[in-house]
Amino acid sequence: MIPNLNNLPVYDTTGVNERIARFCTRSIKSSSKVEGLKLALSMIDLTTLEGKDTIRKVQQLCYKAMHPHDTLKNIPTVAAICVYPAFVKEAKKALHGSDIHVASVATAFPSGQSSLEVKLLETKFAVDQGADEIDMVISRGQFLAGNYQYVFDEIAAVKEACGKAHLKVILETGELDTLDNVRKASEIAMYAGADFIKTSTGKIQPAATMPVTYVMLNAIKDYYLKTGKMIGMKPAGGISTSKIALQYLVMLNEVLGEKWMNKNYFRFGASSLTNDILMQLVKSETGIYQSINYFSKD
Amino acid sequence: MSRLNIQKTYKLYIGGKFPRTESGRYFAINDNKGNLIANMCLASRKDFRNSVVIARNIQSSWANTAALNKGQILYRVAEMLEGRKEQFIAELIAQGETPANAKTEVLDAIDRLVYYAGWSDKYQQFFSAVNPVSSSHFNFSSVEPVGVVAVIAPENQSLLGLISVIAPAIVGGNTVVVLASETKPLTAISFAEVLNSSDVPGGVVNILTGKRAELAGQMASHMDVNSIIYCGIDEKLIKSIGELASLNVKRTIFYKKHDWTNEVCESPYLIEKTQEVKTTWHPTEI
Amino acid sequence: MQKNKDKSMFKASWSYNEAPESTDHIQIKKKYDLYINGKFSEPIKGKYFDTINPSTNEKIASVAEATFEDVDAAVQAAKKAFESWSKLTGKERGKYIFRIARLIQERGREFAVIESLDGGKPIRESRDIDIPLAANHFFYYAGWADKLAYAFPNRTPKPIGVVGQIIPWNFPLLMAAWKLAPALATGNTVVLKPAETTPLTALKLAEIIHESGIPKGVVNIVTGAGETGTAIVNHPDVDKIAFTGSTNVGKYIQKVTAGTGKKLTLELGGKGANIIFEDAAIDQAVEGIINAIFFNQGHVCCAGSRLFVQESVANNVIEKLKSRMDTLIIGDPLDKNTDIGAINSKKQLQTIENYIKIGLNEGGEIYQPDCKLPKNGNWCAPTLFLNVSQSHRIVQEEIFGPVLAIQTFRTIDEVIEKANNTPYGLSAGVWTQNGAKMFHLTQKLNAGVIWGNTFNKFDAASPFGGTKESGFGREGGLHGLKPYVKFD
Repeated sequence: MIPNLNNLPVYDTTGVNERIARFCTRSIKSSSKVEGLKLALSMIDLTTLEGKDTIRKVQQLCYKAMHPHDTLKNIPTVAAICVYPAFVKEAKKALHGSDIHVASVATAFPSGQSSLEVKLLETKFAVDQGADEIDMVISRGQFLAGNYQYVFDEIAAVKEACGKAHLKVILETGELDTLDNVRKASEIAMYAGADFIKTSTGKIQPAATMPVTYVMLNAIKDYYLKTGKMIGMKPAGGISTSKIALQYLVMLNEVLGEKWMNKNYFRFGASSLTNDILMQLVKSETGIYQSINYFSKD
Repeated sequence: MSRLNIQKTYKLYIGGKFPRTESGRYFAINDNKGNLIANMCLASRKDFRNSVVIARNIQSSWANTAALNKGQILYRVAEMLEGRKEQFIAELIAQGETPANAKTEVLDAIDRLVYYAGWSDKYQQFFSAVNPVSSSHFNFSSVEPVGVVAVIAPENQSLLGLISVIAPAIVGGNTVVVLASETKPLTAISFAEVLNSSDVPGGVVNILTGKRAELAGQMASHMDVNSIIYCGIDEKLIKSIGELASLNVKRTIFYKKHDWTNEVCESPYLIEKTQEVKTTWHPTEI
Repeated sequence: MQKNKDKSMFKASWSYNEAPESTDHIQIKKKYDLYINGKFSEPIKGKYFDTINPSTNEKIASVAEATFEDVDAAVQAAKKAFESWSKLTGKERGKYIFRIARLIQERGREFAVIESLDGGKPIRESRDIDIPLAANHFFYYAGWADKLAYAFPNRTPKPIGVVGQIIPWNFPLLMAAWKLAPALATGNTVVLKPAETTPLTALKLAEIIHESGIPKGVVNIVTGAGETGTAIVNHPDVDKIAFTGSTNVGKYIQKVTAGTGKKLTLELGGKGANIIFEDAAIDQAVEGIINAIFFNQGHVCCAGSRLFVQESVANNVIEKLKSRMDTLIIGDPLDKNTDIGAINSKKQLQTIENYIKIGLNEGGEIYQPDCKLPKNGNWCAPTLFLNVSQSHRIVQEEIFGPVLAIQTFRTIDEVIEKANNTPYGLSAGVWTQNGAKMFHLTQKLNAGVIWGNTFNKFDAASPFGGTKESGFGREGGLHGLKPYVKFD
């Protein structure tokens, strides 16, 4: 049932930015920093979504996922690989034996401008190929035109097509214009069956930002208080440094708290973040600033 | 053994960089004895066109920079100029000023920058107003920069005059494209170096060297320039500028006779000249 | 599906390690003398008092105690310096003040650390708010020095003469900046007394004033307590008094200066109303409550210490407020993650604890989050009193601590009446996304500063000050010049 969208909380952007600024002035040091870095690493959906991707490229990425930096002991692997549907089967094979998930984008990613039939077919294809998770996009045009029922129904249909696979719903916050819209879209997605709500495709600017993530985390909090159900959150795109990732974790810590501070309920959609975290971990251990040349670029 | 100097190359200042003119042309500046001081870039209309594009692109973010920030940036320009005043005094002397006048001009220029820095977060309170309208509305008028301003800088007092005209324009949130003094252009380009080292974002001030006869018409007629300032007494040029400006209803500003060392030239009304008034209404009844 | 409203569901688990601000680069002397006539000199009677770190109750330094004789020396120095200072061109006067601004910026971190050590406020606040605002205040007024002819249409402003300034302990450096900058820009000379529990940043400022080259006697800083203040207020050669502090002391000053011809401005206490409507951006309003009453441990004259929540959203707001309070970190002021620091003095802590007792006796429902307070030092947990009314003492009287009194309201007229129902009139906050409602409220509330969808915002360009018993006169902006000039 589409939720009542009339009494949703509204947001004042200046106030939100001030709250974000407080998160960003938290100073994370020594052991709590290492703890945070490892946690962030374990939450990464290592992503490649390029027109020029090939099977070999995906296989190399999968190896990196399982072996981030073998000279460092006691570090977690990433949470998942995120690829186009064409590579789900090979990725699943390459990751065999690990507990790293395969997430596939679907539903005419990134634009979502196609028919429902095509989107459902693509979803089912990816699931059949072995995808553990599906990252779908909402129809932003329909949303901005006010056709909320359409958006709701589409998500519900894709959720059904997912079967056992988890559904992440990408709101594409960079196209939603206002924080109030982000709240509205979050609400629709959660009630329609999303397991995760996700900020962006990473294909347009702006991608993930702390303000939209903040609104979405609060949406998740209110949803839990109403229904008792926990929804996960994934900011994607633009989180390229450990410093930024830690700021997101501070925000997660202070808004949703410990129950969400794990890969089952929070992911980072990122690629270069991995190596930055590894460099920071080595620096924490040795006290010496690192160079990217000493870390694999797959 | 005597040491050979590395001679300075004078280029244009556009978008925070120092490119040569795209036309590749030059004109020479000689001293009183006819010896070459330097070759200046002879800027073309394409240089002007490029400068306007850049000035337009940066104008919105410059206007939205906090007033205090703008003031601090201008103050830093003053700091940098103060640190290099000997160089500027020497350059003015080379351009034909007496040592006394050169010194006065440079010290006044520094103080003038500080003067306008201090206005950055105050002029708004003079030229804005809360208007007591008769209906249940909160009505307020505030000032906003016109946008991109083309400037034909004074021929004489080439440093102080230039600063006296562009400081009020940029402190008000405008971006400028300046044609420096035709006969004394050196200090303008050296001043560009000072701007460049002072946190002034690239493109806020763009300085071209060249001939008025060639560029004035372009500056006055360009459809994406919001205002033009001409410093000089050529009545024919004033008329021509005025006529061309009418093409897009540019705001025209003429400074005819001015001794820029006169303190009368320091005034918030010079800031006002490149501001527009915006009035907003909002209901107050519940 | 179980509906779980248990707050512990959202407990923050990741604890941030200690993140102490480094202090090895700062310089604090063991003993501080008075700054009179351009040099540091010992107090004539040779008395010193201790300044204490309120988070540890350890002594930081000895500070000179100025008696009447010292104050007299300072006033005479100021009087003499006034002759040439007032005749200096505005341009040149401004340059000195610009220098002070720049010097503060250069030594900003040192000032921030000392401010937190001496006063107890979190380093995050002194570093990000107090010190930058102080530097900006000097920068702003420096620019006025040569523009006074524009400030008062058709009138020629002149400096008043020797100004006596007495400032409080809640924003020590910032209050010094608010007082000194406009006084100097307009050509006056000054005798300034910082609060006795927080003299250090004013004394460091004296070092900067010295370095700026400002002529001797223009600024004099005399440290001490009530007696020193009284000596300044009563001195016949002081032409104007500017005081920020408690309403009681302000009334006393108004009384004793009556009939003396001394000009006076007062910035006194408040009991600010913070009003949340049902159509507010609730999440930001809750953040606004935190900023209004827990910023600087509630040691803020304009604190939003009376919360009014529209009844239809009251439960929601209060739940969210409590949840947000759980994430506040109370602790070492020098830890970069500390949100709430130490209470400024034992005396103030006793005052606050006393009011909490009163609140409990009056039947108020108290809430404090489960936080571990450090052992040594002066600490108070952030405190809410729910279900109180305008007739409760804790709703009427200024507590000056992290204690919020919460009432509900039903209609706009009701909340306007209650918000205005106080002898104070310093500040108010209004939270609504409805523009017309916002403007209606701002027009009807009786306060000198009204914050719409925000709270505790300060800027050198924005005039600040109270109405009614919160004082008179404005600081900041064009209006902040008026208290320091006279007209023929």
